[in-house]
Amino acid sequence: MDKLRELENEVRLGRLSRRSFLARASALGIAGAAGVPLISERAMASSPSVGGQFRIGIGSGSSSDSMDPGTITDTYMQVVNYGLRNNLTEVTPDGELIGELAESFEASEDARSWTFRLRDGVEFHNGKTLDANDVVETMNHHRGEDSESGARQLFDDVDEIVAEDDRTVTFHLSSGNADFPFLMNDYRLTICPVVDGELDLSGNGTGGYILDSFDPGERTTMSRNPNYWKENAAFFETVEVLVMRDSTSRTNALTTGDIDVMNRVAPSSVNLVGRGGNVRVEQTSGNQHYSFPMHVDREPFDDWHVRKAIKLAVDREQLLQTVLSGHGYVGNDHPIGRANRFFHEELPQRQFDPEEARHHLREAGHENLQLTLKVSDAAFVGAVDAGQLMAETMAEAGIDLRVDRVPSDGYWSNVWLEEPFVASYWGGRPTEDWMFTEGYAAGANWNDTNWDNERFNELLREARAELDEDRRREMYHEMQELVHDDGGSLIPIFANYIMGLSDEVQHGEMANNWDLDGLKCLERWWFA
Amino acid sequence: MARIAVLIAQRLGLGVLILFAVSLIIMFVVELLPGDTCQELMGQGATPQTLQACRAALGLDDPMHERYLSWLGGMLTGDMGISLANQRPIDELVIRRILNTFFLAGIAAAIAVPLSLMLGILAAMYRNSIFDRIVNVSTLTSISFPEFFVAYILIFIFAVELGMFPSVSNVHADMAFQERLYRSLLPALSLTLVITAHMMRMTRATIVNLMASPYIEMARLKGIRGMRIITYHALPNAFAPIINVITLNLAYLIVGVVVVEVVFVYPGLGQLLVDAVSNRDMPLVQAGALMFAAVYVLLNLFADIVSIISNPRLLHPR
Amino acid sequence: MKLLEQAPLSAKFGMAIIVVYVIAAVFAPILAPYPQRAIVGSQFEAISAAHWLGTDHLGRDMLSRLIYAARNTVGIAVAATALTFLFGCMLGFLAATIGGWGDQLLSRAADTILAIPTLIFALMLLTVFGTALPVLVLVIGFLESPKVFRIARSSAMNVVVMDFVEAARLRGEGVGWIMRRELLPNVMAPLVAEFGLRFCFVFLMISALSFLGLGIQPPLADWGAMVRETAQLISFGVPTPLIPAFAIALLTIAVNFVVDWFLYKQSGLKEERA
Repeated sequence: MDKLRELENEVRLGRLSRRSFLARASALGIAGAAGVPLISERAMASSPSVGGQFRIGIGSGSSSDSMDPGTITDTYMQVVNYGLRNNLTEVTPDGELIGELAESFEASEDARSWTFRLRDGVEFHNGKTLDANDVVETMNHHRGEDSESGARQLFDDVDEIVAEDDRTVTFHLSSGNADFPFLMNDYRLTICPVVDGELDLSGNGTGGYILDSFDPGERTTMSRNPNYWKENAAFFETVEVLVMRDSTSRTNALTTGDIDVMNRVAPSSVNLVGRGGNVRVEQTSGNQHYSFPMHVDREPFDDWHVRKAIKLAVDREQLLQTVLSGHGYVGNDHPIGRANRFFHEELPQRQFDPEEARHHLREAGHENLQLTLKVSDAAFVGAVDAGQLMAETMAEAGIDLRVDRVPSDGYWSNVWLEEPFVASYWGGRPTEDWMFTEGYAAGANWNDTNWDNERFNELLREARAELDEDRRREMYHEMQELVHDDGGSLIPIFANYIMGLSDEVQHGEMANNWDLDGLKCLERWWFA
Repeated sequence: MARIAVLIAQRLGLGVLILFAVSLIIMFVVELLPGDTCQELMGQGATPQTLQACRAALGLDDPMHERYLSWLGGMLTGDMGISLANQRPIDELVIRRILNTFFLAGIAAAIAVPLSLMLGILAAMYRNSIFDRIVNVSTLTSISFPEFFVAYILIFIFAVELGMFPSVSNVHADMAFQERLYRSLLPALSLTLVITAHMMRMTRATIVNLMASPYIEMARLKGIRGMRIITYHALPNAFAPIINVITLNLAYLIVGVVVVEVVFVYPGLGQLLVDAVSNRDMPLVQAGALMFAAVYVLLNLFADIVSIISNPRLLHPR
Repeated sequence: MKLLEQAPLSAKFGMAIIVVYVIAAVFAPILAPYPQRAIVGSQFEAISAAHWLGTDHLGRDMLSRLIYAARNTVGIAVAATALTFLFGCMLGFLAATIGGWGDQLLSRAADTILAIPTLIFALMLLTVFGTALPVLVLVIGFLESPKVFRIARSSAMNVVVMDFVEAARLRGEGVGWIMRRELLPNVMAPLVAEFGLRFCFVFLMISALSFLGLGIQPPLADWGAMVRETAQLISFGVPTPLIPAFAIALLTIAVNFVVDWFLYKQSGLKEERA
């Protein structure tokens, strides 16, 4: 039974999908059926009921926010957007991809064209019925020469989008992509209606809530959509989403009952938040990770030994305990997390080894290596602290690391990608292909290490079009090994999503692909 | 009085010049900042293609002076333009926020100014007494604490422990006046603690200084005592420096309060300006900065007039 | 020495505290049990024999950081305040003495700087020029000096219109002489009072900047940043952040006690003269 508990924990922490839990549980001789209620114990505590005013404080958001989904960059607008609108596909809490506005979807044999069949009779908030034209126009908003959408590069391989009939849309790709339906789950690709020949970006969607007011950088209010097509979803009467950027303010507001839910609990205060009466802390552990990319085309990082030495000279456990107060797990210098399908569990964990690091520095002829690391808490909260901790452990390996804190303002535009050694943050991606294509493929816009590995690039192309699960798994494992060994990114820790909830708030099994139950807390959660 | 009217007219004219100078400085500094609106908006999501499209759409490729002149042209005709970041009209964004800021500053000033004058005068009268010491030590302690920390302490005491006030002050348009006032009290109190010491100590120092001057000594010799000396003889002459300090602190209340706004989630001008700067949203930074500058110029004019009335010799210095 | 003996208790207390701080600042490496950047324990350790004030969020010794912070914080505050007063007083007196267009020009220049929100202006300047220590001191000095300018000018204006200044002018004394010999002694009181607080405002400005992610570079310790790093704990009734906050408060109080004594002494001397 202890083994079962362990597995159960693994599920909670997101290391195991529910399905593999069931598989392993039955391997232990426990019937699958017996396992399910164990996991859902908490979830079943109360069945969803409609009502109440839900107030949530989110640690991001800016007065520059807009209702155009193409401009969304952070959790605040992501949550608001998922209250108002839906995607074509949805990732369920146990990580499975299902149709959302699409009733079904299928690929041609070479995975080069994908056809989505839309649900019948779905209505937008203004009463318009969803049709294929809305989908085509929405997608076109994000692609093409003039598009300013952040999702634009997702469409690089899309040649044509065709409305076959009122309820059928086909995407024709220039090369095969087995994971294409996952892309349709991107938080920016939510469907907007065409009104009078123009795409309506005012917040009118098919979602569970209707927009009442929107003050960027302040608050957004919505009320329940009585006509919501999805059954058993969107339980709150009204919703108020607040921008609360200071984590102490959020914690205070949660404690005093001024809000019902907060995200981004400061890791160091997790134990203290849980202490105060009617409040609890919940965590999911997904693919969100903190990294320190080095430009492999620049001195001294062009030397494999130097990269290796740097990766060995970091005490990951200490970083995890200090920066995240243990609320996360150590990384293995590749960006694939435990919530990904093809996470490489057998890859040996890289440990802190100053002696080995010294050895590699000697090999490289850099015995007195001096480096400058540019950090800012804009990269991730605790980046400046992480830099200071790394400076201490690197000193043990003979590396003199100077930590240069640069202003948060402009960090992503002027420091990241520009400077050779910086702190960075990745929200993680639901598929291996997506993650690697965006951040590790040669020439990718966000390849923050300028890494260009021939074998890796070749595998990436092949795996994308490969439909056989086992062969794909092998390929993605090899790619993780390549990044781990040769890549330019030091990835010491994966961070949990830590949320604070009032005891009134209930939910089912929580998704770990994004913060706040896959960003869908508004439609998935309810009051007891 | 006619001279004062001329002076006011002169000052208003100069005020316009100052606003112009401010807008030039803001333009140069924002231009010097690394990055532009498009890069900031897209952040990690920027790609060369999307950046190009965005810059073309916002007209960021035009030379600086052209953008400035077209902005200035709009401003002179009363059109503040639209925010580069989210295409909303700027007057809509700024006016609501600045009214919120005035509201908060008003409450804080209504508490802090009389309080610090009173404490300052009393401390001067009873200088070196226990009362003087206590007032000094407590106000000095309160300003020594960084303002976010003062705010956290007040929240801890009044919201978390006592439950008397809410811990967030997210006032909004459809809120009744009483509710608004109630929600704004804690941030106003934090600001009061931050500015009282400065005004109180200036009042005290000025009055102490004046009390030593010959004409007060004379009054004292004539047998005039206590409060009367201060209100009739010392205060009028102490006005100039005190009003100056009050002006500085009121100006601080208008836009120095970013930190308090963030902690209390109060939708004021400060946070909007910080966002605007980090988005390189030139028209919005200009509008916010000019609003502040205009308030500042008017406050100053007021301070100068009061100083002159209290000491008419200032009108003809030679 | 005689003066010191005559000083009231509060002033002696103030001076004693200042001396302690100066000693801490100068001899920090000797006094502090650990280096300021060394990680010597785990996060937020409680008070113990090894760590008299516990450890901070990275497991560094609080006491050592507090002592080193005296050096960094006080050093910067003194430098920035001195710069502020140097600019502010000189230009303020100059404006009051020369009057006319010169005065207008200087006053409007000061108004223009003051009319730009200080924190926002600081944010922009530090983003442009970086956050190296000399830059930080210069930016604070530049942004704060117009405030001193205004006070210096307005106090001096009241003196300039006095008969003895006009007499000096008629005697043909130069602007520099009038500023030094007639203005400075007669406006010391408000300026010294201002100094006591300006000093403290520099700490506050630095800590506000650290709230916005600027300010002093880590791993250097400074009290404002130390409060910032641990401030969240106060919401749970944990008093750790009060320690650096009181370090600032104690110094502010000490400086102002000495200032008060000075003011008192000044007014007392005048009373004698009268």
